[in-house]
Formats: sequence, structure tokens, C-alpha cells
Amino acid sequence: MSDLKKLKDEFFLKLKKQSNLSEINQIKSDLFGKNGIISSEFKKISSITESKRKQFASDLNIIKNELQDLINLKINEIENLKINEKLEKEKIDITLPERPFIRGKIHPVSQTIDEVSSIFSEIGFSVEEGPDVENEYNNFTALNTPDNHPARDMHDTFYLDKKKERLLRTHTSPVQIRTMMKGKPPFKIIAPGRTYRSDSDQTHSPMFHQVEGLHIDKNINMGHLKGCLNYFIKEFFEVDKIKMRFRPSHFPFTEPSAEVDIGFKIKDGKIIIGEGDQWLEILGCGMVHPNVLRNVKVDPSKFQGYAFGIGIDRLAMLKYGINDLRSFFDCDYRWLKHFGFDPLDVPTNYRGLSR
Amino acid sequence: MKLTFNWLKDHLKTSLQEKNLLEQLTNIGLEVEKVENLTANNELFKIARIVKTKKHPNADRLKVCFVNVGEKDLKEVVCGATNAKEGLITIYAPPGAVIPKTNTKLVIAKIRGVISHGMLCSESELNLSDESDGIVELSKSKYQKKIGNNFFSKSESNLIDLSITPNRPDCLGVRGIARDLAASGFGKLKVKSERKIKSKAKQTINVKITREKGQGCTAFGSCLITNVKNTESPEWLKDKLISVGQKPISAIVDITNYVMLDMNRPLHAYDADKIEKSIIVRNSKSGEEFTALDNKNYRLESGMCVISDNKGVLGLGGIIGGIRSGTKFNTKNILLESAYFEPSSIRKTAKKLNLDTDAKFRFERGIDPLSIEEGLNKAALLIQEICGGEISNIDVQKIENFKTKNIKFDPNLFEKISGFKISSKEMLKILDGLGFKFKKEKKCFKLNVPSWRPDILQDVDIIEELVRISGYDKIKTIEPLKNRIKSTLTQSQKLFHFLQRSVASKGYMEAITWSFTDRNYNDYFKDKNSEIRIINPISSELDVLRNSIYSNLIMHMSKNLDRGFKDLSIFEIGPVFKGSNPGDQNIVVCGLSAGKKSRLSWIEKERYVDVFDAKRDVVQTLVEAGYSYEKFIIDSKTPNYYHPGKSGRLFLNSEKDNIAAYFGEIHPNILRKIDIKTETLVGFEIFLDNLKLPKKTLNNQKKNFITSDYQKSERDFAFVVNKNTKAQDLINAISSVDQNMISNIKIFDVYEGPNIPENQKSIAINITIQSYEKTLNDNDLEKLNKLIIETVENKTGAKIRS
Repeated sequence: MSDLKKLKDEFFLKLKKQSNLSEINQIKSDLFGKNGIISSEFKKISSITESKRKQFASDLNIIKNELQDLINLKINEIENLKINEKLEKEKIDITLPERPFIRGKIHPVSQTIDEVSSIFSEIGFSVEEGPDVENEYNNFTALNTPDNHPARDMHDTFYLDKKKERLLRTHTSPVQIRTMMKGKPPFKIIAPGRTYRSDSDQTHSPMFHQVEGLHIDKNINMGHLKGCLNYFIKEFFEVDKIKMRFRPSHFPFTEPSAEVDIGFKIKDGKIIIGEGDQWLEILGCGMVHPNVLRNVKVDPSKFQGYAFGIGIDRLAMLKYGINDLRSFFDCDYRWLKHFGFDPLDVPTNYRGLSR
Repeated sequence: MKLTFNWLKDHLKTSLQEKNLLEQLTNIGLEVEKVENLTANNELFKIARIVKTKKHPNADRLKVCFVNVGEKDLKEVVCGATNAKEGLITIYAPPGAVIPKTNTKLVIAKIRGVISHGMLCSESELNLSDESDGIVELSKSKYQKKIGNNFFSKSESNLIDLSITPNRPDCLGVRGIARDLAASGFGKLKVKSERKIKSKAKQTINVKITREKGQGCTAFGSCLITNVKNTESPEWLKDKLISVGQKPISAIVDITNYVMLDMNRPLHAYDADKIEKSIIVRNSKSGEEFTALDNKNYRLESGMCVISDNKGVLGLGGIIGGIRSGTKFNTKNILLESAYFEPSSIRKTAKKLNLDTDAKFRFERGIDPLSIEEGLNKAALLIQEICGGEISNIDVQKIENFKTKNIKFDPNLFEKISGFKISSKEMLKILDGLGFKFKKEKKCFKLNVPSWRPDILQDVDIIEELVRISGYDKIKTIEPLKNRIKSTLTQSQKLFHFLQRSVASKGYMEAITWSFTDRNYNDYFKDKNSEIRIINPISSELDVLRNSIYSNLIMHMSKNLDRGFKDLSIFEIGPVFKGSNPGDQNIVVCGLSAGKKSRLSWIEKERYVDVFDAKRDVVQTLVEAGYSYEKFIIDSKTPNYYHPGKSGRLFLNSEKDNIAAYFGEIHPNILRKIDIKTETLVGFEIFLDNLKLPKKTLNNQKKNFITSDYQKSERDFAFVVNKNTKAQDLINAISSVDQNMISNIKIFDVYEGPNIPENQKSIAINITIQSYEKTLNDNDLEKLNKLIIETVENKTGAKIRS
């Protein structure tokens, strides 16, 4: 035992002093190599007298384990030290900027169209479209606005031919005509899109956007119209309470016709919808004129319903505090960045229309 | 339509306040556009005399006027009017006054270095007339003694401006508005004083309406007033006209204007002595000419309704009178006209001649055909009262008898449309108030429509009247049902929204630009399309529909670069046009990038954006949209606005039937010509209408999920090929060898230069091989390698690089 103990102490001392990995590996092989000291001691076991053999083997195993543990500990210690030294050297300035990224944005008009579609989708409207170039019949005549009707003056129309047969649609209402011509009632559609009037100043742009709405069925009355618009405005402006006013007006393609105002006030330079005593006109609507229904071969004694037209750009301006209509189409990078929406912000019902 | 509460009270008995009035007007569909308090501001405008003028020291066209405004000191005013001269009596507006036309408040201002204290006004600036040439010239005899007085007389009533919808001509007169208000319970309509001409004298000028096709006049009433003395109107009349922003001229003109404003009955006064024998109302002949009261000469086409005498055209009926027979202060004998002209005839003529007058505005909307005599009675008696003279009896010539309309109305229809109920009694009360005559007939009303309501033609029109007068606030709110029968968006609409957001998510800002564009820019990008002209563009440059989105995007890109931005990506999704018929349009997603990637980055190497950026954006977008990458076919045939060597087109499959997209550098010649300030410009176009919509959903398109757990191995090859050999051909050749085993092919180097023969290049390819059945041994791999090399060499003419 004393020999073994001496051996152990000798190597313990050696190992403790040592901090070089290759030296430690050398000691390891000196001890446990094929002809290493410990290995040689194990070979002796068989030649030891039986009475001492058990004790010797047991002592040797203990020493073997102790030495092995110490060697492993030492190796671990040194490797840790090395890694820590390396890590110390690898320290960087993490406040330096990340790799460059760029962000795209969705135009406020597109975002608003998605919001509007999402709201009307909830109450069963589907989306229809029509061409930007229209014929005079769909844009005016079929909508109960015959030639020589003064209401045509309200629309400054862009024409594509001298005979004034083809034009850029002045409103989205021709989509009503197209939809009803190709299908059978009931109809429940909205039609967002580009519209054109040859008007250009601070508050008018020669191109703007509208969304048309049409609901034709057997018993759709003005109460349904009011309910639908009331729902829409509340959802769109994301307020619990709105002030809405229906006011008689005139459109050739609806009878009775109404314009709808919403109540607002200006507080700290910002417009607040649903409060205050100022009124703002936001849309026109009415019960579809029986003449229009007759023009599209729908029997007005069996079917009736409402239509409305809303200015999308106007809605976006109100909701997002944009002052100048013309800036929508100026394509100023700074403006797009400021008023645009992240493409991941898809307006949905469950996530809410806007963040 | 302008009116005052005071004028309204001529027809309406009410104790209600103006505030209530404004509310009620809007509630019944007579929208109040604005209310102006004229009194306070009007008192600022003074009658003034220019005492002295001198040339402005710094401006040839300006004068400095010294003006007597009734104060001790003369006012120094800078004026640009050519008629500003010494001795002229005009109207002066001091600093603080609001100019009616422009609604701007005057301030003391330095004009080219000379301080101007206020201004001298033109008639148009004061909304007195459209005359904007020079400042107001007031008659010396009348105003000499009034220097310093207020020009406008006091008015206690605000000016209310109503926006009258085109269906309500009756409300272009104060009486009509009063009637609507009274029907809605706002006061009581006063009974008209029906004073009538009692005369034995005959109207001696013969009037004839010719019976011919397209005759625009159906009735012509007239009376002769002889020996009048035209004069200035009395104060009450002048005040009335001024209170609604009209300029008093002379009693005769003022009276006809007053009757028109009061009861929407346009009249015309002729100098009877200038009429050659008789009046003939007829269609014009092509080439006939006359000088109208606006001092312009009009050359007529055939078929316009003219009032003529034996000498020629006197005026355009219902639109404008002529100079030849116009009344003046010294006119002695007047023929007063009160006629009915067909709205469509009026509109056609006015449109052709580009003429817009107050009379035209009223006649094209429809004048009460039964107001002819009432108008003559009212005006002639007033003229006699103010100007003296003798009135003849009234002569009315007609070629048609006006018949009022009858409508059978089922009261149950009201609730069906409006959604709420009112009693029959209430209905009849409203209709009575509006001037309808009625009879109850079983369950229906037989209604006789008042002659002043040309807009009421069928039962819905009656419903509108009833809802309007009852109040739109009575309409109930019926909550919408939340059920959906049809999906909200079609497949292609979904694709539209997907592409839009997919492109934006790659760093592009979405722009929306006009569907029309600058012809010069369009020319660069129209390819084989023909130009589509707008015949009445907002400006001569923006006169074509866009054949491509590029023209507008590049224009706006250029503006943004001028703002100092360098690295920009913008896109638009919208229509481009290929013809001028409805439907000749396609939806295109067009993206455009300028400048560099990673400009001035401490960590990334900066580089110009290039065609492979555009290619990635196109390919990734289409893959995201659900199209299969493996099937894409790309070649280099592109329109002439792309760089011929650095652009490509993409097909979704080998059938190559529809072009899915173009991408590439914009042609350097175009950049040079439009002088855009950027190093590089690359773009792409995806043609939404050419993207075939899959029949199956994405989920159903997917194959079964199978993976291989056998060993993968990678092999590198380098092939030397002709310079014009396409990488895609090599890839196709390799994947044709064994589609199951070859799971990935990557091109990791393309090299030309030393060690490679001229006109050839080396393409290095990494291929991943994996079997779904077993672990491949060296032998299997060697066999496959050999096969790959053989196939590539045979199919593409490549040589493996040893």
C-alpha cells in the first residue's frame, strides 16, 4: 500500500503543478499507457499472494480512479481556460449596425380597399370588378342618366373618341350594370376601383378611387341601407359610437337618394370621428331606381334594393389623417414611407383592421 | 341658388329662427352649401374717387393711385387696372376687408416696393358680374355726392347658398323653396297675390312659332309695354338683388331678374322698336350669325331654337338675347317674353356653342310651363309701377298644350321601400303641401303632379317626396345579417392581393399612379401596342392611356432621385391598356429599383442592383404565389425597352403559351434620353392575367410526403462549354439523367479567362445524389457520375474539365 500511496502522492504533486496539456497527456500515458506504471501494477495482481491480492487490487483501483479523475479535471480546467482566452479575444462591438435591410410598404389606398373588403365580407358582400374604360351606355344611359341630362354635367368626363362613346368611367356604378346584366338576382356586391374625372385642383385629382355597393333582393328597403352603412362606418373607423346623418339628395340612378354625413370634431389639429357637431359628407346612396333595374332586365316589381358609392381616398384621408388628396398619387418616397403599411398587416376580422 | 331669410319671408309665414331654417333646408334635401354674413364685411366697401395717379416706380403696368374715400387723407393704393385714371369713381376696399370672390382678407402690403393701403375692386372681385377687366366704373352723376358712403346697402339677412340638385328646378326660385319648407311644417306658405293685367290694348307684334321637326319652343307668351321710362331701380329692389349678390343694372333688367329669382320664371325684354315687324320662333339655319348680349358673335348650326324677326336672329331662345334688340336706359317700348323651351333642345344648343347662362341653367332643368302668364303679369305690372307706360294684353302662342301628369299611387308601396310607416292622412297632407292634387280611388291615390315638378314621373318619385318631407331620420336601422353565400374574392382577386403584398415584402414601396401618362414617356415603353389617346386630357402631356406602368414609375423614380434619394425600389399593381374598348386592359405588377444594395455598409460589400435581383424578386414572388419553380422556363427574348443582353422573360411551363413576366435592366438609351440621375435601373413586369389559375388548391397540389434516410453524397463537376451555352440547358441535361436520385443541382462558379479557351467558359456544378431505396456504393456513384458527364457532353456539347 505504501508503495502505491507514494506513487499516488508523487503523481498528484506532478499533476497539480502541471498546466500544459501535452505534459498532462504525457503523464496520462506514463500512468495508463500500455506499459504505463498503473497498467504494470495491474499486471502484478496475479503474482501477489492470495491473502494480499484482494486488498492490493482494491487499493490500486482506488488510486487509478483518483488519478484518472484528477487528470480529467486538469484537462477540463485547461481546455476551459483556453476557450475563455479565445472568447475574450473574440469580443466585438455589438452596437455596430446589423446587416442592412429594406422595408416595403403597402399604399394607404390599397390598405383601405382591403379594410373595406374585409368589413363588407363579414356581412356577405363579394367583390366585383369592371373595366376602367367604359362605354357611354354603362356609365350613363343605363344608370338612368340619358344624354342631355344635366346630371352629366356633374361628371367631367374623359373621352377616348370624338363621338363620346368610350370614356374613362366617372364612377364605379357601371359595375352595377355589368354585374346585373350577367347574373340573376339576388345581388350583393361591392366594387372597389379607379375612377376618373377631368378635374384637377387641391381637392380633386383626375384619378381617384370609389367603392360601389349593391344589394338587390326581394325585400331590401331603406332600413337595410341605413343598417349596412351604419355597420360599415362603425367598423371602418373602429369606434363604438358614430354620429351619422342621412340627408335627401339626388342621383339619377337611385330613388330615393341620400347623402350620408358623419359627425366629427377637430381636437389638437386631429380629426375625431363620432364626436362633435360638425358634419362631413362621405358617401352617396339610395334605393336603386326602377328604370335602372328595367335596363338590366330585373323586374322592379319583384326585386328591389340599395346601392351606394363611397370615396376610398376620402376614407383613407379621414382615418389616417392625410390632408392632401393629390399626394396619394405623387409617389413621394417620404410620403409612401410615412403613410404606407407593412405588407404583413393584412386587415382581417380576427386580428382587427389596423394596429 | 342664393337667397336670404328675408326674401323667403315674402312667401313664408314663420316665427322660427334662421338656425332652424338652415337645419330644415338640409333635412329636406336643399343642402346649405354656405352661409355668409355679408353685412359686416359689406360695410367696409366704400365709394371712392381717384384723385391722382402716378406711374409705379418699379413696374410698368402698375399705377399708384391717390384715392379719396371720404376721409381727410387720401389713400395710397397700387392698382394694375388700365382704366384706373384721375376722376374715376370706383369702389375701394380697405385692409381687413374680405374680397367676396376669392374670400381672401386684404392686408397692407408692399407691392414692388410701394406700400398699398387696400385695393380698388373689379366687378368680378365683388361678385357683381363676371367682368374682371379693369376696376368698377360708377356713374359720376349718381355717385359724385356719395364719396365715402358704403357701396352696399345694409342687409339684415345672411346670404344662404344652397346646392340645388338638378332634379329640382322649382327650387331655383324662392317661392319653390318656401313651398317645400311649408310642406315640411316649417311655417306657412303665403297666398300669392294674383294681380293680373287688365288691358284692352292689343299686343301688336305678331308672334309665330313655326311647326317644324325639333322645334325647341312649345309656347311663347308676350306683352307689349309702351312709353316706359327706364330708370334706376328703387331701393327695395336694388337691396333685394344685392342681398343675393346680384348687381342692379336698370329697372327693367332688375325686374326681370327679380321675377326669375323669385319664382324661377326667366323672362326676356326686347326693345320693341328694334324688332323688325314680327317675331318668328324657328330652327336656325346653318351659318346664321348674331351678336349676343355677352358681346360675342355666334355662328349657328342648323336646328338651334332662335327667336328671330324679319331681319334675322334676335337671340337664342331660353339661352341668351342679342345686342340688336337689347334694352337700354333710353328704351321706350318693350316686348316682354315669357316662353317655354324644351330642356333637351336648350342643352344641345348650349353645349354646341359652349354657352352657359342663368336662363340656360334653368330651362335645361325644366321651367314650369304654366308660369308663362303669371310671370308676365308680375313683371309687367312692376315695370309699369316703376317705369310707367301702358301694358297690352297678353298674347300666348302655343304649338302644344301642356298636360299635367297623373300617377296612380299605392300607399302600401311606401313602407315596402322606406321600411317605415306613415298614415295615409299624413301622406296626403305632405302631397297637398307640395302642390299635388289628389283623389282617393279604392286603395290607391290618384295624384295629379304639379306643373313645376318635371322630375316626378312614377311612384318611386312620390315615395321620395314622402320620405324626404317626413324626414330621413325616421328610417329605421336594420342590423345587417352576418351570412355569406359566396366567397368574397375570386381566385384571381386573391392572386392580385397576394402578389401585391408579396412584392411589397421584398422591399418595394407601393405606388399608385394615374392610368394615363405622358405620351413621350409612353413611347419608350409601348412596345408593339398602339397609342390610346384621351381627347380631352387635363394637360397636353398627359394625353394617353398607359401601355405600360414603367412610364409613370420611371417619371416618379426620377423625381425621387432628384429629391436626393439614391437606392429606391417602388412598384405598382394596376391596369395597362392595349386598346380603347372596355376590357382592353390587363393587370400588371411592375417593379423598379435604382442604385445600390448595401450602400455604405461597414459589413456588407456594396454593389449595384442588377438583373439577378430583379430575377430573384420575380421568381420568388411566383414561387410564393404557388407556381412550381421546377417548371419555369426562362429565355432572353424581351421588348426593346430592356437591355438586350441583360433581361429575360419567364414562362410558367414548357408550353410557353403565356409570358408570365419580364425582368431586366432598363435599356441604357432610355436612361440617357430621359436623363435620370442613377447609376442603374432594373425592373420587372408580372402579367397577372397570364398566370394560369390552378384548378386544385395548393393543398391538393402537394405530393405525398416522402423522405429518404439513406446516405447523401455530393459531387462537383466543371464543364467547359461554348460561351453562349445556357446554364439552364446544363441543369436540364443533368436532371434528365435520373430525377429520383439527383435531388439538388447548384451552379457555384462561372469562369472565363486564362486556362479556358477563348469563346468558352467553365461552369462548376455541385450535384447532390441520394437514393430513396438504398445507400449507394462507390460503384453506383461512379456509374451515375459517368452517366451525368456523358449526358451533359452529348446534349450540350460541353467537355468535362479534367
